[in-house]
Amino acid sequence: MSKEQTTPESPAPLLEEEQEADLGRLSYRQLVWRKFRKSRLAVIGGVILVTFYTLAIFAEFFAPYDYQHDNVRLQYVPPQGVHFFGEDGFHIVPFLYGLKQTKNPESGELTYVADRSKTYPVHLFHHGDKYRFFGLISTDIHLIGSEGPFYLIGTDRMGRDIISRIIYGGRVSLTVGLVGVFLSIILGSILGTVSGYWGGLTDILMQRFIELLSSFPTIPLWMALAAALPSNWSGIQVYMGITVILSLLSWGGLARQVRGKVLATREQDYVLAARAAGASHWYILMRHLLPTAYSHIIVIATLSIPGMILGETALSFLGLGIRPPLTSWGVLLEEAQRVTVVLNSPWLLIPSLPVVLVVVAYNFVGDALRDAADPYAS
Amino acid sequence: MSDKLLLEVENLQKHFPIRRGFLQKTVGYVKAVDGVSFTLNRGETLGVVGESGCGKTTVGRSLLRLIEPTGGKVTLHTETGKFNLLELNQTELKRLRPRMQMVFQDPMSSLNSRMTVGDIIAEPLVVNNICKGKELNDKIASLLEAVGLRANDTRRYPHAFSGGQRQRIGIARALALRPDLIVADEPVSALDVSVQAQILNLLQDLKSQYQLSYIFVAHDLGVVEHISDRVAVMYLGRIVEIGETRRLFTYPKHPYTEALLSAVPVADPRVQHSRQRIRLQGDVPSPANPPSGCHFHPRCRYAAEICKREVPLLREVAPNVFAACHLASELKLQGVELLHTAPQEGK
Repeated sequence: MSKEQTTPESPAPLLEEEQEADLGRLSYRQLVWRKFRKSRLAVIGGVILVTFYTLAIFAEFFAPYDYQHDNVRLQYVPPQGVHFFGEDGFHIVPFLYGLKQTKNPESGELTYVADRSKTYPVHLFHHGDKYRFFGLISTDIHLIGSEGPFYLIGTDRMGRDIISRIIYGGRVSLTVGLVGVFLSIILGSILGTVSGYWGGLTDILMQRFIELLSSFPTIPLWMALAAALPSNWSGIQVYMGITVILSLLSWGGLARQVRGKVLATREQDYVLAARAAGASHWYILMRHLLPTAYSHIIVIATLSIPGMILGETALSFLGLGIRPPLTSWGVLLEEAQRVTVVLNSPWLLIPSLPVVLVVVAYNFVGDALRDAADPYAS
Repeated sequence: MSDKLLLEVENLQKHFPIRRGFLQKTVGYVKAVDGVSFTLNRGETLGVVGESGCGKTTVGRSLLRLIEPTGGKVTLHTETGKFNLLELNQTELKRLRPRMQMVFQDPMSSLNSRMTVGDIIAEPLVVNNICKGKELNDKIASLLEAVGLRANDTRRYPHAFSGGQRQRIGIARALALRPDLIVADEPVSALDVSVQAQILNLLQDLKSQYQLSYIFVAHDLGVVEHISDRVAVMYLGRIVEIGETRRLFTYPKHPYTEALLSAVPVADPRVQHSRQRIRLQGDVPSPANPPSGCHFHPRCRYAAEICKREVPLLREVAPNVFAACHLASELKLQGVELLHTAPQEGK
C-alpha cells in the first residue's frame, strides 16, 4: 500500500502543473474563445451567419440568375419543384418541366401549369448570366442552374428569380448593419470614453444629448433624414447615406455603455497603479481603458447589428431606404406590401425568412459572447 | 539612515464636494481628510489605523496625488533636495513619482487581467523609459524572484495566480522603480490569515533589502502592531493619536485608541476574560456633518464640556506620543499587552 501511495507522486503532479501552467498562459481572448465555443446556440448562429455572408460575398456564383434578369412572360411564377421521377422513370440528374402560362380571361390572373413535354436537366456549374467576378474575372459559371425555368421559390412581378434576389439583397442588408455598426462603434467609443474619462460638464451635456436622441420617435426621424437624401443620388450613395443615418442614431446606446465601462475601469486599482507610475492619460486610455471596454463593445456591436439590419429593412419597406434597381431584403419585402399580391403569390414573403434567421443568429452569437466576455467568473 | 527625514505632511486636507441637482451645485463637503500632519523617517514604517471611512485610504492616495488634495503640504526629502509634492506641475511630479509607489488592497482589481504578469511589472519601467529589451526582461525576472515568484511566470496571466501570489505581483510592480516610499493600502486585508503572515514577512524582508519606508494603512491592529515602528490612529479625517507602536499599544492616550485596542483579541483566555471590553455607542458620524469640538465626543465616555466646544490639537502628551484629547494627561486609559505573543508571529 505504502508503495502505491508514494510512487505516483513524481510523474502525476508534474503533468498537472504543466496543464495548469498551460491554462495560465491563455490570454483573455483565448479564454473567451474557449467559453464561447461551448455554447451550442452560438455555434449554430455562427454557422448561419458564415453561410449567409458567404452567399452574399459570392452572390454572382451562388445565385442561379442575375438579380436583374427579368422575364415578362414569367411573372409571379410559383415555386418550382425539382424532379427526379418523370414519366420515363428515375433520373439521376434532377430536372425541371417547362411552364405553360394561361391567363384567366375574366380576372387577368396568370396561372402556370407544368409542361410535361419539355424537361430541362439541372446543372452544377451551369453557364448562365455573364458577370464579372469581383469586377475582375469575366465568367458565366453559376453553382447551379438550368436552361429551363429554374425558379425554386418563384418569381416576382417582373419575372425575376426571388432566390437570386435574396442572395444579392443579402449583400446590402448584411453589410448595411456592419458598416453602420462600425461607424457607430467609432462614434460611440470615442464619445463614450471622453464622456466617462473626463466627466464633468462634457459628460452631463453628452448624456443629455444622447437622451434627447434616443427619446425621438424613430420612424419620423428616419423619414426626415431619408427625405434629406437628394433624390438624384445613385443606389450606392443612398446606401451609404442610409448606413450613416442608422449609425448616427444608434451610437448613443453604445456610447453610454462604453462610458459606464470606462467609469468603472477608471477607478480600478491597476489604473491608479499606472498613474502612480507616471503614465499619461493617453497611455492609460489606450492600454487599460479601451482594451477593457473592447469585449463590451464587441458584444454590444454584435447585438446591435440585427437592429441595423431591421432598420434597413424597415426603411426600405417604407420606400425610404434602398431604392430599386439596387436590391435588399427590405426592397424585396416592399414588393409584398399589397394584400392582393400576398394572397395570390405568398412566396413573395419568403425574403422575410433570411431576415429572421440572421437576426436570431446574431442574437445567439451576441448572447454567447456576452456570457463569455467575463471568462474569469467561474 | 533611520533618523533622516523622508516625508513631512502638514495639515493635509481633502474635501470632496457634495453635488446635488441638475446643475450639480456644490451643497457641502465631505471632509475625508481634515488637517492631517505627521512625519516619516527613512527606513521607518508608519501604520495608519482607523475604522472604515475615517480617511486613511484617502491620506495614502493624496500623498501620491492619486487624489488631488484640497490643501496642505507634503514635503518629500530626496538626495537632490526637498519638494512640496502638492505644488509640483505634472512634469515635475512625473519625475518624482518613481520615489513613491503604492501597493493596493484588492489583488483582483490591482492587476489588469488582460496583461501578462511580465507586462504588468514592466509597466512602470516602460512608462518611465527606464529600460527595454533584454535588460527589461532580466529586471522583471529578478523582481519576480525578489517577491518569491518564479522568473518564468512572466508570460502567464493574473488569473493563474492565487490572491497571495497576485499581491506579490503587485509588490513587484511597486518595487520596479526602486522607490524610497511605498504606501501600502491594506495590503493584506483581502488575504487568508496564513497568507497575510507570508506577505507581511515579505514586506519586512524587502524593506531592509531595498531600504524602503512604508506607510502601512490597515484596520487590523494585530497586523499594524506586527509591522509598524510608529502608529497613527485616525478618526473622522483626523489623526487622534500618533506614537511609537509599543507605547501606543500599552499606554494609549486617546479614548478612541483605548476603545480600538479593547477590541483586539488576546490569545490568552484568562487575560481575554478579565479585560474590559469598551463598546462605543452609536455610529461613526457623517464626515459631511461632523460633530462640534472633538469629533469623538458624542461617543466618548470621558467627554467633558470642553470637548463639545473646542477642537483638541495634537500635542505631545508623553515622549514621542502625540494625542488630540483635552483630557489626555488626566485619563488613565487601558492598553493591551504587546501582541508579539499572539498567533500571527508563529506562522
